[in-house]
Amino acid sequence: MSKLHYALFTGCTAKQSTPELLSSTLAVAEKLGIEITILEEASCCGASHLQDFDEFLAHVLNARNICYAEKLGLTMITICNTCQLNSAMTKHALDTNPELKSKVNEKLAEVGLEYKGTSEIKHFLYTLIDEYGLDNIKEKVEVPLSKFNIAPFYGCHNIRPSELHGKNNGKENSYNPTSLDELINALEGNPVDYASKNKCCGFHVELQANHTSEVLAGNALLDALDNNADMVVTPCPLCHLKMDTYQDSIGNVMGRDIELPVLHMPQMVALALGCTEQEIGLKYHVTKVNL
Amino acid sequence: MSKKESHKKVTIKAFRFNAETDYLPYYKQYEMEVGQDELILDLLNKIKWEHDGSFSYRRSCRHGICGACGIKVNGKPVLACKQNAMELLELFNDELVFDPQSRKRVVKDMIIDKKDFWDKREAIKPFVVADIPTHPEQESNISQAEVENFLDADYCIECGGCHYACPVVEVNEEFFGPAAFVSAYRFSIDPRDEAGKERLELTAQSGQGVWDCVKCFECAEACPKDINPIEKITKLHNMQFEQKVAVSNIATRHAEGFVRSIKKYGFLDEANIVIYSEGYLGMYKHIGTAMKMMKAGKIHWYSSLPVFNGVPKSKNLSEIQKLIKISQTNKL
Repeated sequence: MSKLHYALFTGCTAKQSTPELLSSTLAVAEKLGIEITILEEASCCGASHLQDFDEFLAHVLNARNICYAEKLGLTMITICNTCQLNSAMTKHALDTNPELKSKVNEKLAEVGLEYKGTSEIKHFLYTLIDEYGLDNIKEKVEVPLSKFNIAPFYGCHNIRPSELHGKNNGKENSYNPTSLDELINALEGNPVDYASKNKCCGFHVELQANHTSEVLAGNALLDALDNNADMVVTPCPLCHLKMDTYQDSIGNVMGRDIELPVLHMPQMVALALGCTEQEIGLKYHVTKVNL
Repeated sequence: MSKKESHKKVTIKAFRFNAETDYLPYYKQYEMEVGQDELILDLLNKIKWEHDGSFSYRRSCRHGICGACGIKVNGKPVLACKQNAMELLELFNDELVFDPQSRKRVVKDMIIDKKDFWDKREAIKPFVVADIPTHPEQESNISQAEVENFLDADYCIECGGCHYACPVVEVNEEFFGPAAFVSAYRFSIDPRDEAGKERLELTAQSGQGVWDCVKCFECAEACPKDINPIEKITKLHNMQFEQKVAVSNIATRHAEGFVRSIKKYGFLDEANIVIYSEGYLGMYKHIGTAMKMMKAGKIHWYSSLPVFNGVPKSKNLSEIQKLIKISQTNKL
């Protein structure tokens, strides 16, 4: 296999409140011999909020990020579902609407950039599965996760809208996604089957509709717990933040004590590949992880 | 399952409940042969005609236009008369579970009380509001371009698929829901309509309006007519700013706050967006969480203080600042 090389769009969270996401991603890539170039020029994707305020501006900023991956001639990978969705939505909008593309390019030209549409955008989860391959990952497992029941939590923005992700980002059926289950199997863990795995965690209304947010996260966490999960794993740091950080207040709203570790997808892989404690960064979790 | 198989013997699990006689709902299994071209509606008919005549569901046009036969199959909202059964058997490994669109609104089996759906639709005035004479001398024509602005919002058949797929509708009874938002958009951009501002004000209110949308895209996935409701929700957000209906509150400051942050750092200032959206007085709600995050090393007390450079900065930040300056179209 020729060496895989990607341009990494870290997003804001991996650079701030979830440093463990970035360190575990880089550690996994190194173990697997995947080369990563971090897009240090990139800005925030707008996090599914900016476009509500100013849709055109959101497209311009996302197009600029993609330009830097295009300059390197690399696929842009994301480690956050919402970064994936927002970047891919801009790419789709510009690639299918020449008028919008030229309007955006008029602005980009002012800073010496041009969006061409030559780079693919893919979540790290799907590059691991589709391009590196589950069988190859299996061969690298040093610490099988066989003693853990792991509940996959897919996160909305990697599986919906399926029309968008169906092109090259996983191609999951949003009503029966399988990628994380397969990854858990490849690492010799036991995937937990539960109805909430493809549901919403409520992160995006955390501030303005707190009750809704807590109940949605609570439904998912309790569903995982009631199906004997030892931990939840998610490819999205926003799902992680909602479900890891707020377990006390979620428990108060749901009327039940909740204690369930929530791992980032790359952390789970890093555990199985035998990466260091420092790289996996479990100390940054609010809900402690006892292995 | 091989695609060549023309028939298949399967067991279907269906939700059963009669609000008048049953204390609790239950699932009942039905064995049947399913053919290649059969629809979910054919399977519903088989349960009723071959197994149990008391099994109840709504059906009418059989052509995907009346919107009566919406149910959920393994959690996936479908229009029974449009959805091929073999496709779903393949997707769900030969195990199908039929549920009503909303279990908590069940009257009997697949039949639900859609009152909340109709009430919310009615509240946003899903029609052109205009003061026109009883006997107009001219037609009120609109241009092709104006019609195209409706996008696909006119194709809604009011099946309730998106409404009962929406997790916010399940949790928050006030929330209008995606179908009502599609109608609000459809009629507010109609040049003949005069109630646009009123609808935007209704959909701007917290609790019931678009700001409570969790952005899960379940509605886009659910629609049997391929309308994309969340696209119209975004349009309503934008129209609130364009038509100066948006007021400064926690939700609008949260959306606008991204521009402030990106202008300053390129990245989002995670701590400051909470302070800016909530206002300093609102911060008491977050002290507990902030302390826990600090203890875990997720945030630092100096995170938001510029002196300490707590927030990472994008390389070539001046490009980002220039692009915001020349591209920003809305203001709060």
